[in-house]
Amino acid sequence: MAIAIESDGSFGSSEFMEVVWGAVLKLYGECGASRAGLSLIDFDIEKKSAVLRTGHNALEMVRAALASITKLGSRPMAVHVLAVSGTIKSLMRNTAP
Amino acid sequence: MKRTCADLHLCVDPNDVERVSRVVSKASRLGYALVAVPFPPRLDEAVVGKVRKECEEFGTELVSRVDLRPRTTEDLLSGLRRLRRRFEVVAVMCESKHVARQAAKDRRVDVLNFPLLDFRRRFFDAAEAELASSSLVSLEVDMGPLLRLEGVARVKLLSNLRREVATAKDFRVPIVVSSGVADEMLMRKPAELVALASLFDLSGVSALDAVSSNPVTIVRRNQGKLDHGFVAPGIRVIRRGRDC
Repeated sequence: MAIAIESDGSFGSSEFMEVVWGAVLKLYGECGASRAGLSLIDFDIEKKSAVLRTGHNALEMVRAALASITKLGSRPMAVHVLAVSGTIKSLMRNTAP
Repeated sequence: MKRTCADLHLCVDPNDVERVSRVVSKASRLGYALVAVPFPPRLDEAVVGKVRKECEEFGTELVSRVDLRPRTTEDLLSGLRRLRRRFEVVAVMCESKHVARQAAKDRRVDVLNFPLLDFRRRFFDAAEAELASSSLVSLEVDMGPLLRLEGVARVKLLSNLRREVATAKDFRVPIVVSSGVADEMLMRKPAELVALASLFDLSGVSALDAVSSNPVTIVRRNQGKLDHGFVAPGIRVIRRGRDC
């Protein structure tokens, strides 16, 4: 899934993934998080965008977890899903400006 | 066919036009075609016109809403008498059981809203749902508190919402999912609200209806009633004059 990040200030991919994992763990616990199969494919701090991989069974779960993110540290943050696709090629085609 | 998505509860001060503009532009970017802003009961047509103009610039339809917070059933009835013909959406914030029961059986009420953080005052039980189902009143769920809360408070909120949504489904009470936020950073896309609604067992088509067809139906029904030609449900004046 391609996602857009809304936040002031800069942060790294590891900080971002920490927030994502934190949200999944908070909402679904360790057992639920283990089913998500989450991994970061791409992260661009300039464009404030990222590409995440997840299993299609866990899509709604990850969507809800991403929607529940409200801050990174003390800074307000929001994460919006731009597009979901089965392959990275079609994902790039769908999100191309 | 693409669904028209609506957010019936953007808690922004309509007098702060700059803020309204920011919030509506964000709502439009997130995919909402219709938004409702709560106006004070003493509706100033100039302010409504100004806000409506702002919304039109972003291609979003603005709907006027009033949030009634009556202390007694008499307050509720007098509020409805005064305000029903002036607003497109009437919401009742139920802070006592008597008010909740009266609001649920009154056809002039569109949505019931309960204090999300005061779990003792959430009166949406089977009796309330039965009254609401016979008078076309919807249950509104604000997502803002779900995003702001953490830990035990969120667990309690989810548990309450799960029970209320199950009751609403049993009695076929329409559910409306709204953002209920004033902060732009807490606004979410319709698909994200649908995903969040799955946390309290509102999923699939019901969740999609809660952010699209249910709120849009309320608004269109009331717009029809507020139209000059409206006589009664299903009857309206098409043309006036001697040649009719």
